[in-house]
Amino acid sequence: MMRRQVPLLICFVAGIVMLSQNFIPPLTWVYQQALEWARIISAIALFIGLISLVRVHTMKLKRKAANYRYSYVTLFALCYMIIAGFLTKYGLFVKLHAGCDTGSAWEWIVTALEKALNFQEIFLNVQIPIQATMFSLLAFYIASAAFRAFKARTFEATLLLIAAMIVMLGRVPLGQMIPGVKEITVWILDVPNTAAKRGIMIGVGLGMASTSLKIMLGIERTYLGMKD
Amino acid sequence: MKFLFFLLQMDRRIVFVLVALAVVAPLIMPLNLPIVVGDKVRRLYDAIDQLPARSRPVLVSVDYDPSTVPELQPMTLAVLRHCFSKEIPVIVTTMFPTGAGLARDAMETVAKEYPNLSYGTDYAYMGYKPGYSLVILGIGENFQATYPSDGYGTPSSKLPILKNVKNYDDIAIMVDFTASAAYEVWIMFAHQKYGCKVGAGVTAVMASDAYPYLNSGQLEGLLGGLSGAAEYEKLIGAPGTATIGMDAQSIAHILIIVLIILGNVAYFATRRHREPAQTATPQQGGSA
Amino acid sequence: MTGMELFWTWVAAFLTLSIYSFLYKDNPFYKFAEHLVVGVSVGYIFTINWHQGLHPYLFNPLAASWEHPYNLLRVIPLILGLLFLLRISRKYNWLSRFTIALVMGIGCGTAIPPTIETRIIQQTKASMINIIDQPSLWAGFCAVTILVGTISTLIYFFFSKEHKGILGGTARLGIVFLMVGFGASFGYTVMARISLLIGRLNFLINDWVIGTWNFIAG
Repeated sequence: MMRRQVPLLICFVAGIVMLSQNFIPPLTWVYQQALEWARIISAIALFIGLISLVRVHTMKLKRKAANYRYSYVTLFALCYMIIAGFLTKYGLFVKLHAGCDTGSAWEWIVTALEKALNFQEIFLNVQIPIQATMFSLLAFYIASAAFRAFKARTFEATLLLIAAMIVMLGRVPLGQMIPGVKEITVWILDVPNTAAKRGIMIGVGLGMASTSLKIMLGIERTYLGMKD
Repeated sequence: MKFLFFLLQMDRRIVFVLVALAVVAPLIMPLNLPIVVGDKVRRLYDAIDQLPARSRPVLVSVDYDPSTVPELQPMTLAVLRHCFSKEIPVIVTTMFPTGAGLARDAMETVAKEYPNLSYGTDYAYMGYKPGYSLVILGIGENFQATYPSDGYGTPSSKLPILKNVKNYDDIAIMVDFTASAAYEVWIMFAHQKYGCKVGAGVTAVMASDAYPYLNSGQLEGLLGGLSGAAEYEKLIGAPGTATIGMDAQSIAHILIIVLIILGNVAYFATRRHREPAQTATPQQGGSA
Repeated sequence: MTGMELFWTWVAAFLTLSIYSFLYKDNPFYKFAEHLVVGVSVGYIFTINWHQGLHPYLFNPLAASWEHPYNLLRVIPLILGLLFLLRISRKYNWLSRFTIALVMGIGCGTAIPPTIETRIIQQTKASMINIIDQPSLWAGFCAVTILVGTISTLIYFFFSKEHKGILGGTARLGIVFLMVGFGASFGYTVMARISLLIGRLNFLINDWVIGTWNFIAG
């Protein structure tokens, strides 16, 4: 009962109340409260990522799994970032600077530490380069894949290939210099592309609405880890 | 025929080198190809441009993470520069925790160029708030309850720009920059539920999916990928990294089109000369 | 460029090249950068969420609950949030169901009306336009094409009846529209990937190589 029915009942009641507030004005207060609560829950829920990461990497270190030494890098980076974030936020360096004599060795150390632990700089110069470069690798793979696998074997594939090549040409200055390419690109995007994406969008919309209803009514319950 | 067989069995690293050269060469020797502004970009530009100085603020949401910075940061900067140059108040926010640093960096970069404008009065950085769609809905109910403080920790009540901002009624237009379907959530809640005008700047991957919303008028305008950013840079007369990149983009696209054509020519011309088994799998090597 | 800026530029360049070294083959530099970014990213998210999420939503209001007792209500989502964290416990993970159920209920209830309005009603309305009102014959043709394309695409995804006869023909037309749509998506996807590469190579050439040269040259 507690493990199965109660969660389903909570979901149903919450869903019905949220749905009804669109039509019953006195429920607006409940709606606003629910939004606030759900935002707090979302903030706490983010801790799960941190806990999982620490668990996975400490386990790897304990078991001396393959490439376990790199887990030290992850855990060190995690701690470094958290320490940097808290020191920057709570103004520790401002306080340390205030206690230093101008030009002293101590001031130099504090300044160096402050710069090495600059939360925003680490984000801009470590996280952005790595993540952006990882995704940019896809440029090489998409070019290679297009060369190797993009073949006009059937009518449908030919259609896809022609549309792709026109759009590729029509979205860059060099291609736009070819007469008519820009106009055809705009037409492809505005008309057949819009029609196809609209069809998909309506289908997905119907699917989303029906799935939401199924969740509220307890028909769909896999999200709770229940199979039936 | 030998060349065609060579093409079919070519090491993928040769393609990698060609792609790298196609991008590097125009970056070193720019071609300065002309940028043609499309109507989707102009629509967003006009929607912002017609706002009077010191009007209701524009809400800019930086809903992307570092992986798509090269595409989306130039358009965020271009739209911010447009607003700052016209002295239109701007509120910058993000629904992604990793977008917080990017939003702050974009706002601070542009703010440095306009020392006549002051923080809190002309622009504000509200930072990240957890909950995604719940935050978007929350703004419609009560802005200050959703954002009790800005991204630096200053209470919202102390920011003059927010004095008259109660909900979406007090926002002139919101522009979402995203690499995900976040712009659809803004349309669904901010536009459809609360009637706020929504514009979007999306990665090229997402751009074609947004066209139905443009056609239905649910989106005010759209910047799609680096070309969208370059077009906006042209409209505001401030060429930036997107404009620089468009030459390389042109050459790389031409290279990929040539590669596709060569791949097809080689495949079909050698079809009869290959064994049936080879026809099914014409290439050697692992993944693409 | 200051000395500190140059230092950070070199850090970013080293990490960029470490990732690109994967193009040749997997190696320790790539693995180092890969593991580094996971730690940095989670640390960053945790810290931002703590300062910009939990502080204004939870800690500050609870600290002020002496003046505003109403704020004490926030203890309820705090407990629900902590219950959610039990998801990682084998023994007590069922307790997280209460929180998940509440959030799902709120999410579904709030999403249904705007989803129907945004994705179904407004999109259908945009397809059903008066052809006579169109500014030109071409605009009318385009409007009809969008209508036909939308209907045929929807019919292609309608699997409750066998695709034969008129239904089959319309579904086939739907495939044509879908292929053109997917082609447009592919063309744009190529553009997106190349843009990311341009961004990084632009950094290496202009910020790193030329920046360092300018710093040395004074």
